[in-house]
Amino acid sequence: MRVVIIGNGVAGFTAALELRRRDREVEIVMVSGESDYPFCRPALMYIFLGHMREVDTRPYEDWVWDRARIQRVRAWVRSVDTGARRLHLDEGAPLAYDKLVLALGSTHNKFGWPGQDLDGVQGFVTLRDLRSLMRRAGGLERAVIVGGGLIGLELAEMLRGRGVSVTMLVRESCYWNNVLPDDEAKMVGAVIAEEGIDLRLETELSEILDDGHGRAVGVVTSHGERIPCGLVGLTAGVRPNLAAVEGSQIPSGRGILVDQSFRSEVDDVYAIGDCAELVAGGGERNVIEQLWYTGKMHGEVVADVLSGQARSYHRGIWWNSAKFLDLEFHTYGRVPGGSAPGGEDVSSVFWAHPSGRHSLRIAHRDGRVVGVNSLGLRLSHKVCQRWIAQERSVEEVLPELEDANFDPELYRRHERQIRGALREQL
Amino acid sequence: MSVGQAHTKEHIPVGAHEGAGRRRWRAVGAALVAVGLAQLGLALARRGLGHGWTALLMFLAPVVVGGVLHIAATYHGTVPGIRNSGVVTGSLGRRGLLAFGLASLLVGFYVLLYWYPRGIWGAVALTDPLSRLLRGAGADQYFLYSFLYTLAVLLFGLRFIYRYRHNRYQVCRTVSVMSFQLLLAFLLPGLLRLLGQREHYFTYFWPLSYNNLFPRSINGLLADGHSLTIFIVFWGLAMSFVAVPVLTYLWGKRWYCSWVCGCGGLAETAGDPFRHLSSKTLRAWRFERWSIHLVLVFVVITTALLWLNALLGGAILGRASFLFAKVYGFAVGLVLAGVVGVGLYPLWGNRVWCRLFCPQAALLGIFQRYLSRFRISTNGGQCMSCGSCSKYCEMGIDVRSYAQRGANVVRASCVGCGVCAAVCPRGALRLEVGRTHADRFDGAEHPLAELRRSLRS
Repeated sequence: MRVVIIGNGVAGFTAALELRRRDREVEIVMVSGESDYPFCRPALMYIFLGHMREVDTRPYEDWVWDRARIQRVRAWVRSVDTGARRLHLDEGAPLAYDKLVLALGSTHNKFGWPGQDLDGVQGFVTLRDLRSLMRRAGGLERAVIVGGGLIGLELAEMLRGRGVSVTMLVRESCYWNNVLPDDEAKMVGAVIAEEGIDLRLETELSEILDDGHGRAVGVVTSHGERIPCGLVGLTAGVRPNLAAVEGSQIPSGRGILVDQSFRSEVDDVYAIGDCAELVAGGGERNVIEQLWYTGKMHGEVVADVLSGQARSYHRGIWWNSAKFLDLEFHTYGRVPGGSAPGGEDVSSVFWAHPSGRHSLRIAHRDGRVVGVNSLGLRLSHKVCQRWIAQERSVEEVLPELEDANFDPELYRRHERQIRGALREQL
Repeated sequence: MSVGQAHTKEHIPVGAHEGAGRRRWRAVGAALVAVGLAQLGLALARRGLGHGWTALLMFLAPVVVGGVLHIAATYHGTVPGIRNSGVVTGSLGRRGLLAFGLASLLVGFYVLLYWYPRGIWGAVALTDPLSRLLRGAGADQYFLYSFLYTLAVLLFGLRFIYRYRHNRYQVCRTVSVMSFQLLLAFLLPGLLRLLGQREHYFTYFWPLSYNNLFPRSINGLLADGHSLTIFIVFWGLAMSFVAVPVLTYLWGKRWYCSWVCGCGGLAETAGDPFRHLSSKTLRAWRFERWSIHLVLVFVVITTALLWLNALLGGAILGRASFLFAKVYGFAVGLVLAGVVGVGLYPLWGNRVWCRLFCPQAALLGIFQRYLSRFRISTNGGQCMSCGSCSKYCEMGIDVRSYAQRGANVVRASCVGCGVCAAVCPRGALRLEVGRTHADRFDGAEHPLAELRRSLRS
């Protein structure tokens, strides 16, 4: 039997390796037009900044793929013929499969802005984006970044590192406060200002200006302001990359529709990672997960399913981490963003260090911990998850703050102040 | 809540967009260092300017002032944080022409130092006044070496502290290696000599300081009968046979390798710009396991033979054991520790010696691997496989291969520098001592069985 996996991102390569672990016989083929070997997409910025080379971002040494007998095919998939169970590639003969795993990843959002396809306008998702950015960054004086998520801020940091002036257009009233509570969003905003990034809040893109030869030379904002620039970064989120399955029989909505075992509606076709839209059923909203670790988990689950085990996906308690410039962020469980953290039924207690470099928030429902956020403090995944899973009360976990700390040894500790501040708010 | 109000101070980020003032002061610093080095070069050619203290100060002052100026202009007033931009793209950082040039200079220096000291006599003479002040004796090539070594540790130590000033573990560790180098490895031996005692380096012991336990040294010291020399013998034995297992059990081999040791001190400070060059491949790890343990076996056999020979009065082995000691001294003490160990920093990374050849590291490593509370723990599922930890591991450990499967890093070679945890953008790694050695990996509760298993495989 031959399993073909389209895409060698984290979901695709995890599926390949985990399937091999479970099945010594099956033939595994991994197809990618982007790169010969899997690499770490979130590390693209480190390549740009010169922290690492592309080869350093590969999660496994190159010989691992041969050792695991995972064939790698370097090609773009032009179309999928589910009837004949064949893939048509941009070059070479069609590739037959018995089972197909789609791990197509994401592409950057475009919202129909005038000029969005001009030269000098790009996203930052792929190796190709990285290369074009490297080419364009030389001699660049000013860039405008549209959208204020994590990729937008990474792009801003990268360009600042090359001495480029950066303006970020952000729709929200605070950086990322559709996700972060306002207090945290303001702390991040301060760090952004400190880096010399020109952050324009409550500002959107209206139009990208053309120099008459198909090159972007500036933008017009929703306030009518013209900002000249040599590069426009589109980082207003990502969406499933469905190019390879266009025109196929595989049903899709925003992403490829799959059940909790990642089966699509076509027999023997599966979809995992960023491109999968998990059908929730029961009137709940379908879920698309675009994180590194969810991709990894999808890959593990689909490997079970492909090797004949009944398995359905449960993400478990949400978590994530990020780094806003130099400010590290951890989040576990449910911590609603915006001005009224909690909104409906969740409230929270919050401490921030006077330096604006460290903070901790514990979100709770009726006094029971439902989420934890930290900036500039590393938290233990295990401990936070346990608090949430066991529905511990805030009062109970305060004495255990030390256990939750994951900062390096000899760091200054803040537990006493945190406990004091949080108790007052209970 | 005062968040946001604390940012009134104007910070300038490190990067290509540094201000013109910053660039100018860096250039002035670099120029001053060049002036000092030119004086050293002239001295080497025996054309140094001035005499005595004047000559020495004409080297030392510009190097120190220029070095400090350069460091301050680079980092002062910048936002603290990890600053590795351009590390792998510069000529020095990617084994470019500059790296080969520097490696040639370093190797050349070691060759002259060990085998043709007359070639550097002019530079030795430069340090003569300091040697007379400190030790009451004229300088020799080893005083020059020790002096330059300490200078490098202090200046680059300052740079490292500035770079990692947001990280107290790094700051404490660096202050520690700088202090040990200055006080115990440079000033104290000189002072001992001034007081008419033996020059002794208390921070080195068998097997790194291999002849410490050779019969000739021990017998010589004991014959001396002086209370200090008896203490030296006692100290050496206590360090080798008590401190190594006990302290390594408590804190891992880092108590020595990245907090005390002079070789480690140089690697952590002057070697920092090269830490990413160590190979992380499985092949390199295989080579390392053979090379470092062979050196350990070699020094154990040499020491044993010498003692056997001494006890038997030379009856069986004759001069063979001395030949062993000589070969070891040449091959390991000079070629591997000096020429290769430091000379190849710019090509193979800053821990070439410590990783591949140091018998002390080998011994400490065996304890750390099987009988220590130390481990690098990973934080649940936070790792995203970016590879920063592996890239900046000076010991060539593929830290990511552990982190991405959520396993503890328990490796003989880890010197506990903590840089993997510092550069991790997701807070996924932490150096830790647990309550026991037994909970670090499956089978850790039976250290001897694990050791036997490793030897078989």
